This record gives sequence, structure tokens and C-alpha cells, in this order.
Amino acid sequence: MATTAESIALPDVPAGESEDPRSHLMFDPRPRGEMNGMVLESMHKTSKKFWGVVVFLVLTVAFALVGAWGYMIANGMGVTGLTRPVYWGIFITNTVFWIGISHAGTFISALLRVMKYEVRRPFTRAAELMTTFGLIQAALSIFMHLGRVWLFYWLIPYPNERTIWPDFHSPLMWDFMAITTYVIASTMYLFLPLLPDLAMARDRSTGWRKTLYRIIALGFRGTEAEWKHLKSAMNIFAFAIIPVMFSVHTIVSWDFAMATRPGWASSIFGPYFVIGALLSGIAAVMIVLFVIRSTMVNMKYFIRPEHFDFLGKLLLIVSMTWAYFFFNDYLVPWYGGDKFEKLLEDFHLHGPLSFVWVSMFICNIIIPWAILWNKKWRRKPWLMLVVGILVNIGMWIERFIIIPGSLTITRMPFTWREYKPSIEIPLTIGTFALFLLLYMLASRLIPLVPVWEVQEGQSAHILRKVGKAKIPSVGDID
Amino acid sequence: MSGLNSENPAPIWGMVIDQDLCMGCQACVTACAMENNVAFVGDADVSLGRSMQWIHIERFWSGQYPAVSTGFQPILCQQCGNAPCEPVCPVYASVHSESEQINLQVYNRCVGTRYCGNNCPYQVRVFNWRDWVRPAPLNNQFNPDVTVRRRGIMEKCMFCIQRIRRVEDTAHSENRHVREGEVVPACAQACPAYAITFGRLDDPESRVSKLAKDGRAYILLEDLGTLPRITYLKGDSNHGNNG
Repeated sequence: MATTAESIALPDVPAGESEDPRSHLMFDPRPRGEMNGMVLESMHKTSKKFWGVVVFLVLTVAFALVGAWGYMIANGMGVTGLTRPVYWGIFITNTVFWIGISHAGTFISALLRVMKYEVRRPFTRAAELMTTFGLIQAALSIFMHLGRVWLFYWLIPYPNERTIWPDFHSPLMWDFMAITTYVIASTMYLFLPLLPDLAMARDRSTGWRKTLYRIIALGFRGTEAEWKHLKSAMNIFAFAIIPVMFSVHTIVSWDFAMATRPGWASSIFGPYFVIGALLSGIAAVMIVLFVIRSTMVNMKYFIRPEHFDFLGKLLLIVSMTWAYFFFNDYLVPWYGGDKFEKLLEDFHLHGPLSFVWVSMFICNIIIPWAILWNKKWRRKPWLMLVVGILVNIGMWIERFIIIPGSLTITRMPFTWREYKPSIEIPLTIGTFALFLLLYMLASRLIPLVPVWEVQEGQSAHILRKVGKAKIPSVGDID
Repeated sequence: MSGLNSENPAPIWGMVIDQDLCMGCQACVTACAMENNVAFVGDADVSLGRSMQWIHIERFWSGQYPAVSTGFQPILCQQCGNAPCEPVCPVYASVHSESEQINLQVYNRCVGTRYCGNNCPYQVRVFNWRDWVRPAPLNNQFNPDVTVRRRGIMEKCMFCIQRIRRVEDTAHSENRHVREGEVVPACAQACPAYAITFGRLDDPESRVSKLAKDGRAYILLEDLGTLPRITYLKGDSNHGNNG
């Protein structure tokens, strides 16, 4: 870490190498002071347009989220489109969607950190921030779903005079515990690598910002002992949070897989949901990176086509894995031949929601496969934005088909009923607005690029040969 | 009460519904609503599928016009011995009572996750989507023995547990066992055709036990292994499967 930028030399480029190594962030170093300044500038520099969007989002949150939710609490769940047998609708769809989004943060940050993928360095923070803010939306969506939300604390195991505890047999209870664990762990995991950057910001700020950073930087000064402790803490968290990440979405899938409903009682849901979460999460990281790159100053230096290229490759692999599970999820019930499973598959494929099913297929399989195989296309940020948005639409639809879509068909044919959402739509818009709002405000307060990680990577880079490809790697700094 | 072990007072209540006797008059539906303070939902919400009936009559048509015959099936909570709704409730609102062996819904405890409603294969649980108002003068006709539910709560048939408890209390104060036929739920009481029989399944001499062994007997969605306490009787060969 103590290496200065001036001492960094470019690696030898063999003759005939077409690619400019400076297109890699790791081989395009800048002096530390300049880089710190660039990141701080991206936090300070705001336009009127930015605050206009913030005001718009605040109003959206106030009306679509707070207002509509208050109306729903006051009048009961009758204002939604939910009914028997579709007791779970868009709220739970949103919950699963947001938890899925939140998975990428941990996956990209923790897994790639543990596996020493150097390309991760500039965008781990953006992904981790997405995890924390996505989980907030997931938790809000669960609370919206409760019929008596004012009693939500009955789900918390707390000592009380009636000695009643929540029922740990219930998958919802596991879900509640898993999400709580994940929120706490991912917030701490976001905070730990943030410390050196906060300390950097503290040393270069004045006024209220200095006070704020002085408090939240916890007195980090960058001594050798502090770095050592920070590194080992981050290492522990990175390893510990990976099983948490896998378990959270498996447990979310158990909400459905443990039930008796046709279309739900499926043993493949655990891995299927984890892969689905990664698919939507990685796509969401691409969207966020595009927005950061095109709206914040100096970000074109940090977020480069190579990062979209990498995420695109990852997305292609995950999309193929997802397609495999998707195929299984339909093949096995079809082969099993249960009457209601067959009716349900027929409803999905030929019912009134069949166009939704087809759009899921296009968004999640055809679009990524058609675009992401091409390196040139993967390096076009706007194209990756389009793919990211489409994949996220597809993954939202996938959850919609699994939850209200499958609930339409029951074993009692006279209860079949289609779901027509009503107040769920403004509330969904409200959660999206709140996510954007939190993210935009956070981008003013914390460095979205982990500067010290980028500097660390640049100071110790090597080119590692993996097959034909040369991959920028970090030597042995860990 | 012959043949009943007095050391094992926990009864297993059960019901037999004879579809060959049911004529679909809906008297049980009305009686149940009055007995259990079931909310009046109104046209708008009924058209959305939010009716609150704890027992409802399903009609099945068979044959081609004009030779159509109608079959009726009263559907109510099957009081599963192995109930899918119970383990999924995170707050113990859906529980199995030890003393009555009945699947209970604790209204005060319910937070409205509606997981039980999803997981019920019979779809007999109903949710209070709003605070329903009972039109006058029926608002003066609530049963004081049954809680009035507010919005955000799941509810369902509980075998008229208030009637069971009342009979049990009387029997206890008279220092005797509950007699056969002494407990009559509102639906069975109102049925003009005596299609609904209620009693103790653990007493092999009771009417309900004998009827449950009838050759016409079948159990709804038996393959799910929910062990319902309700047995249907239907004479024709297809046993009510969409017949």
C-alpha cells in the first residue's frame, strides 16, 4: 500500500501485442493524490439536474411508497389485487427480486475478492452498496405484504411476558432470520473496505463533511497494525458472507419449495433461485456501472469497457446455468405427469399470461446469448445497459410467474382466479424510487470507487497467463 | 360412550358429509356465518373472490344437456391431522389444539402473512381483506362466544369449538362424559337433510365412526397425506372427482 504511483512502471508489452495495456485500469496508474482528488470531485460535483432528480424521487417515494402504503394500512389489504387463491402477489415478487439484486454485491465483491479477480477492484463498492440498499427494499416489500404490519415484531424472537416465540418450523421464520443476518453481515462488509476511503475523505475535506467522516472513519489512520487488522477482518467477512449469500436465496426459495402448491413443491428451487439471483444481480451491477460512468465525473477512468466485458462474460455463463435449471424446472414436473402440475404448465404456456412467459424466455435466454458472446458488443456500455435492463425485466417476470402465476392454479378447480394487481404498482414504483434515491444520496457521501483498492492493485500488478489470455493479476500483496 | 377409554379424554372430533343427501340449499353456509360472526363482504369484493364463507357449497354438473344432473359438495376446513397450514405460520397463529385435536386459528396472534392460505390444498382459509361492516340490524346479532375479526387476519372453520367447549363444560359440571350427539356444529344443526354428521372418531360406536367406514366414503385429496377429519360419502363411482 505504501508504494507510490511514481514507482509503478508499465509491464513489458511483447511485440505484436495489439491491445494497449493502458486500457486496463490496473496498467493505467495515476498518482495517488490525483486519484483521490478525482474520487472526491465525483462526490462533490453535483448539478441542478441531479438535485432535480432527487426532488422528483423524494416526491415519488412520498406519494407512491409512504402515501400508498399508509392508505393500504388504513384500509386493509383489500386495496391490493390479492385474493384467494393468490394470497401472495407482487409484494413477494418484489421481495425475491430485490434479494436477488442484492446477491450480486456479495457475489462480485466477496467471491471475486477471495478468488483474487483483479478486475473487480473499481466496482466492488458500487455492488456492495446495491446489496445493502436492495435488501432495504426487500425488507420493506415483506412488511408491505403483512396483513397487520404494525405487529411485525412478533416475527422477532424476543423475550416477552407471554413466553411466546416465533415458530421456527416456518420457512418464513427462516427467511426472516436469513435476511436479517444478510442485512447485518452485508452492511458490515460494505463498511470495512470503506474505512480507508473514509479516512482519505476525512483528510481532504472541510466543514460538515470533515465532522461526518471523522466520526464514521472511526479514527483510521493507516498504520501498519490497522491495515493488518482490517485485512484480516475483511478476509474473514469475505469468506463468511459467501455461504450466507448462498443460504439466503436458498431459504427464500424454500418459502415456495416447502409448500404443497403445484408449481412450488420443487426440489430444484434452491440452486435455481441462487442462479436467478446472480443473473439479475450481475445485470443490475451493469446498469449501475453504466449510470455511474455516464453521470458522475471522472468515472470513465475507473469504470472501463473491460469491466463491462468481464461482467458480460459472467452474465453469459450465469444465463446458461439459469437456462439449465429453468429447463429442469419444467421438464421434471412434465415428466412426473402430476395432473395439476400439467395444468399449471399449460396455464403458463397457453394461458392469458403466456406472453409474459415468452418475454421471460426472450429476456433471460435469447437476448444474453445473442449479444454476450461477442467481445466487441460486450465492450459497448450502452448495449450492456440494454442487456442489463432486459435481463432484470426477465428475472422480475420469472418471480412473477412463480409466485402469483403459479398460485392461480390450485387443486380445487373452483377457486382458480387470476391476479390483477392494483395498489401494488405504485408501491413497486415507490421501492424502485427509494432505491435510486438512497443510491444517489450515498454517491454524494461515500466514494463509490474503492480508491485504495484500485491503488493497491495498480501498485502490485502483474500479467498472468491463463491459456492464451493475459489477465492482470496482483502479485502477493495479500 | 361405550368402548371409550375414560383415561384418554382427548377426543378426536370428526365429520361425515353425505353428498347423496346434500341438496345445495346453503342453510349450513348461513348458519355458519351467523354462528361464527363471519363477515358480510359485499358484492364488489365477492366478485374479486374474497367471500368469507367458512363452508361453501360447490356444484358439480355431470352429463350433457338436457340430461344434466347436479352434485353438491360442501367444502369446509378438513381439520387435517397433518395440516399443511400449521408449520408454515411464523407466529403460531395456526396451531393444533391438544385437547380438542382441532386445527385452530388464533386470531389475536395472526399477523397476516397468508402463508397458511397458500399452503392449504383445500383453499378453505379466508382472509379479512378489509374491516367489513355488518349492515343493521344484523350488527346486533353477533355471537358473543366468538371473536369478531378485524382486517389483516386469516380465519377458517374451527368445528364450532365454542359449542364443543360449552358442552364439555356442562358435562364436566355434571361429572360425566360428553354424550354422543351432544355437540352439534351450526352447519350440522341447520342441515335439513341430515347430510352432516358430527361426532367422535375415536369412539368406534359413534355414528360418525360408523358412517366413515361406509362403502361410499372418500377423503378429499387423500394422496396428499393430510389426514383430514372430514369424510365425504358419495354413491356414484367417480367419488366426486369433478363428477
